[in-house]
Amino acid sequence: MQRQTLKTWLFLAPAGAWFLCMLVLPLVVVFVFSFGERGAAGGYVPAFTFDNFLNLGARWAAFKNTLTLAPTGTLICLLIAYPLAYFLALKTSPRWRTLLLILVIVPFWTSILIRSYAWIYLLGGQGIPSLLNALGLGNPRLINTPFAVLVGIVYGYLPLMVFPIYVALERLDKRLLEASSDLGSPPWRSFLQVTLPLSMPGVATGCMLVFILLMGEFLIPAMLGGGKVFFIGNALVDLFLQSRNWAFGSAVAVALVLVMLVTVAAYLRLTRRWAGGRDDVSLM
Amino acid sequence: MASLEISALTKSFDGQEVLRGLDLSVGDGEFWALVGPSGCGKSVLLRNIAGLVTPDSGTIRLAGRDVTRLAPAERDIAMVFQSYALYPHLSVAGNLGIGLRQAGLSRADTAEAVRHVADLLGLGPLMNRLPQELSGGERQRVAIGRAIVRKPSLFLFDEPLSNLDAALRVHMRIEMADLHRRLGRTTIYVTHDQVEAMTLADRIVVMNAGRIEQTGRPMDVYHDPANMFVAGFIGSPRMNFLDAGRLGRPGRHVGIRPEHITVSRVSGAVSGTVDHIETLGSETNLLVRTAELGFVTVRLFGHQEFAANETVHLDFDRQRELYFDAAGQRLR
Ligand SMILES: Nc1ncnc2c1ncn2[C@@H]1O[C@H](COP(=O)(O)OP(=O)(O)OP(=O)(O)O)[C@@H](O)[C@H]1O
Ligand SMILES: [Mg+2]
Repeated sequence: MQRQTLKTWLFLAPAGAWFLCMLVLPLVVVFVFSFGERGAAGGYVPAFTFDNFLNLGARWAAFKNTLTLAPTGTLICLLIAYPLAYFLALKTSPRWRTLLLILVIVPFWTSILIRSYAWIYLLGGQGIPSLLNALGLGNPRLINTPFAVLVGIVYGYLPLMVFPIYVALERLDKRLLEASSDLGSPPWRSFLQVTLPLSMPGVATGCMLVFILLMGEFLIPAMLGGGKVFFIGNALVDLFLQSRNWAFGSAVAVALVLVMLVTVAAYLRLTRRWAGGRDDVSLM
Repeated sequence: MASLEISALTKSFDGQEVLRGLDLSVGDGEFWALVGPSGCGKSVLLRNIAGLVTPDSGTIRLAGRDVTRLAPAERDIAMVFQSYALYPHLSVAGNLGIGLRQAGLSRADTAEAVRHVADLLGLGPLMNRLPQELSGGERQRVAIGRAIVRKPSLFLFDEPLSNLDAALRVHMRIEMADLHRRLGRTTIYVTHDQVEAMTLADRIVVMNAGRIEQTGRPMDVYHDPANMFVAGFIGSPRMNFLDAGRLGRPGRHVGIRPEHITVSRVSGAVSGTVDHIETLGSETNLLVRTAELGFVTVRLFGHQEFAANETVHLDFDRQRELYFDAAGQRLR
């Protein structure tokens, strides 16, 4: 028995140490800093004040952008990824499937930085707008707008949404679909009653993954938002590296963690009720 | 309820012919068993009837209506899959009721029909369980229940009992017979188990390599097989096929069932030595090595003591011998 516990601890030790040093301690530091004050030359001076939190309103735009564009981006990713994953998992022949799946990952072989530069050009004055202009469809401004950030987000995060959904659909027992059609369902109803509910775990995973990463995103808004469409991540970079107000930056970081915890908890609640187990009450 | 007429049905996969022109005519309310070696096309035939695959040519008529090109949902057929294919995300009640709800039945009528079927199959206490929380036999019953609750004109069963242990199979076999008697629906039942086929069916269809070898009442197929394939496939232990020339009989092969051979320690038409003995208590099977005829299987009733390598003499019941030509066709 004791040997067993010792073994368990030994196995857990590296991960535990990592978790402690790289996650828990920094979080504690950030939490402590968030009640401090900015030093005269920047940095942190110990204190105990709630001013930083009361000041959060100054960064309202960043919160607003993050909390609207992250969910919107997640939703658009989902709407594009689901049909794609469905096609890959259920409609392609196994011979082509591997190749097509590789094509989904290929963009990851290039740095997101380079790919974002490509989008800067595409959405900039020389790119799509000038093309539209030549076609006589007006000259809309695309770069440095929320739309540009959304395009970048969806483009960058789509594969992360495709894969969990693909895996869920791939694992779906195809015989259930036969059973469903045999029991009198037209294909669309089989989809609603069998495919969709059984792929929900993949949808939940994909949404969670994309949403959490988007909440902390800073590169894409920085490049495609041109300093006009700010995310919380950009605010943090600004506060810690430019204005060197560590205390206020910590307060923003703590607020971000709290917002994230609340939304993720709410989301988990929702999906569990929605996808988990005996939801046939609604059918009967 | 309905009759089923299949004519000249063919189906190929990737250029390989799996069904090679099948004809079948199942009367209203009859119970037919479909048997044949693995890979002969039994499941493919059922899937054609259910509409899960479309035949290359031929027609399928149900109650006089041509359903060959209809979608599965429009055929009024229910299939019970070997794998059960229960919806893992729905409870037993949900699995039973889903087909009715989507057919537009009201909530109350669905609940009523589900309760009726649950009573019929003894599923009452399990209604709120998920499939993963059921035993194999219970899942089996839910799968059957899901099919019968819709009151289809035709039932298709694809080896429904093959995943169950021996005791449960016997139990479910009796329940199947009982169910058929009560519901009286036309049924096609694929099985590997000869006892199931023999005991449940009005008619047996023996398939081989995408063709029907013989159709008939269980005892007709058993006693009066059309060819060597059927004679060898039906019956266990397998029928002996012996050289007709050496026995001085007509044709090329003589077929004789192991139970139609008598063994004597004193004298007989053919002598040999006991090579292998299987003692089952209720019967004793001997594999006898003979000089003229090769190996001969003999089935004796009850528990009989023989020693390995003991010399025995065999006599064949000539009334029961069957004769086949070189192509394996029966000579009458
Ligand atoms: N979708 C398919 N694509 C290609 N070949 C198939 C397909 N379905 C069945 N086959 C082939 O058709 C043949 C008959 O298959 P089938 O499943 O009907 O056999 P079966 O008689 O049901 O065998 P078993 O008793 O083992 O279930 C097999 O050779 C199988 O490989
Ligand atoms: Mg089969």
